[in-house]
Amino acid sequence: MFPELNAILNTSPDNFKQGELILVSDRRADASFLVHHFLSFYLKAGCKVCFLGLAQSFSHYSAVSQRLGVSLTQAKEKGQLLFLEVLNESLDVLLQKTSNTESQALDFLRDPAVGLRGLYDFVRASVSDSGVGGEDDGGGGTVGRWGPPVLLVDDLTVLLSLGVSVGSVLDFSHYCFVTVCSQLKGNMVTLVRCEGEEDEDEDGDEEGSERLLKGLTHQCCLTLHVQGLPTGFCRDIHGQVEVCWRKTQKDKPSNQRKLFQYKVHDKGASFFARGTSSAVL
Amino acid sequence: MAAPMKSMGSSFNATSFQKKTRSKLISIPGTRPSVQNGQLIVSTGVTSLDYLIGGGLAVGTVLLIEEDRYNSYSQMVLKYFMAEGVLCGHELFLASAQDHPDDILTELPAPILDDIASHSPMEGRMQLGGPHASQDAMKIAWRYQNLPKVQTALASSSRFGHYYDVSKKMEPEIRQAANCHAFYLPEHSTESSAPRSPLLESYSALLRSIQEVIRKGGFDGAAPPAKSRNVLRIGLPSLGSPLWGDDLCCRDNPAHGHALTTFLYGLRAVLRSSLSVAVLTIPSHLIQSGLSV
Repeated sequence: MFPELNAILNTSPDNFKQGELILVSDRRADASFLVHHFLSFYLKAGCKVCFLGLAQSFSHYSAVSQRLGVSLTQAKEKGQLLFLEVLNESLDVLLQKTSNTESQALDFLRDPAVGLRGLYDFVRASVSDSGVGGEDDGGGGTVGRWGPPVLLVDDLTVLLSLGVSVGSVLDFSHYCFVTVCSQLKGNMVTLVRCEGEEDEDEDGDEEGSERLLKGLTHQCCLTLHVQGLPTGFCRDIHGQVEVCWRKTQKDKPSNQRKLFQYKVHDKGASFFARGTSSAVL
Repeated sequence: MAAPMKSMGSSFNATSFQKKTRSKLISIPGTRPSVQNGQLIVSTGVTSLDYLIGGGLAVGTVLLIEEDRYNSYSQMVLKYFMAEGVLCGHELFLASAQDHPDDILTELPAPILDDIASHSPMEGRMQLGGPHASQDAMKIAWRYQNLPKVQTALASSSRFGHYYDVSKKMEPEIRQAANCHAFYLPEHSTESSAPRSPLLESYSALLRSIQEVIRKGGFDGAAPPAKSRNVLRIGLPSLGSPLWGDDLCCRDNPAHGHALTTFLYGLRAVLRSSLSVAVLTIPSHLIQSGLSV
């Protein structure tokens, strides 16, 4: 959890908006540090987190979260975190070693044309389970020991590279949004990565990740777009983040956009207004 | 997984072995912890490339090189990578669909060694294979080279990254000291295609072969602690070329549009849980469709 980012977004683990879709995207940069921020943020807030780890192994996230002050293994044992580690389980599926008829979640690996229905069922089952954790409840309520459910997906572009169509991914994210954000009043954070320049004129055949980014930007409430500096590589400033609030809030009727520069370091990231990096001033 | 990444001083790319190196102080010859984030890194063989990517290549990662038009420089970087593995005593795995791996290995550049382990009459720099070195002196030097790790371990672990003379080939004696596993696609009988796999048979055979080597060599941490740990260097030249049975580089709308990226995903899964590094080259200039690797 990065305290400066919390100040920018006006949130804290005790007080954050529910029912939001947060889109983290990048263009020729690496926005995964924001995913780690949100993971530790929601774990500290006491939410029930469902994390689809498509890009890296569990030990990677666990090692990074350790530095941010959160223990993923403990959260997993307590039942607060449900981690789907696709990377390690994908090998058996890809090489067709064991026929796991139970794990439908990875059906898209066996045959990308099938779509993400299995994955969505997995997500729905895991976020609806939040009532099971509380043993004092009658077992019927959705308010268990943990707070509202949160779905974190890292990242959706991996699905595109594995052959799933853009339409299927958009459908999946829409279904998840309806289930997690609208019905259960939870939050959802996804990461989409793009390559190439933004205003490139394709011959009408736009790259999948661009279409995915546009479709999700239309749907989201808050978007954080990470890019490198337009002037090139700098050791003290790693890039810029553009924060854009989309949905109208009661006190801020217009869409707001803010631009910050950031630097990632050992135990977090620092954000500052453009030109005010400590290396410059 | 793109072309050489610039390190951003970020510590967020920890491999699964980060904790092990801190707690157990594993010292594998030819590797060292990165000064930026403590990851275990190996040299790519080209010291200036090491500097560009932040000290070296992290163990458990893949370096993807997009080939140049005549595949000269990309092949050279791959050979440097393999040669560095030979000098550090790492195990090698080379898979190719065009040239036989043994042929590729004969073309490794010769190292320039100022030999610490050499005997005293040879003072100053000694060019191995140079015309002024006497035959006896060379033989003794190679005998020292092949002795179990007492001196060579010192020599190679004290140096990270060697220099090579591209105009000469590596001597067979040095090369044979290294253990190399070869995967030559034409010799590999592909099994009958499994129903509707997203991977091509050639890629799944390759992935299986890599997994097998890692398991047998104990690179995945399953080996008993008595056995000294080593790093496996995997070289995959010209992956994705039509010789692998992939039509990604041949057609505008390839039927196997995602076989290569699915293979790379599987390779990442294999590598993240083992002490291995991979360098692969892809003829991306042949890819017509808008697909970006």
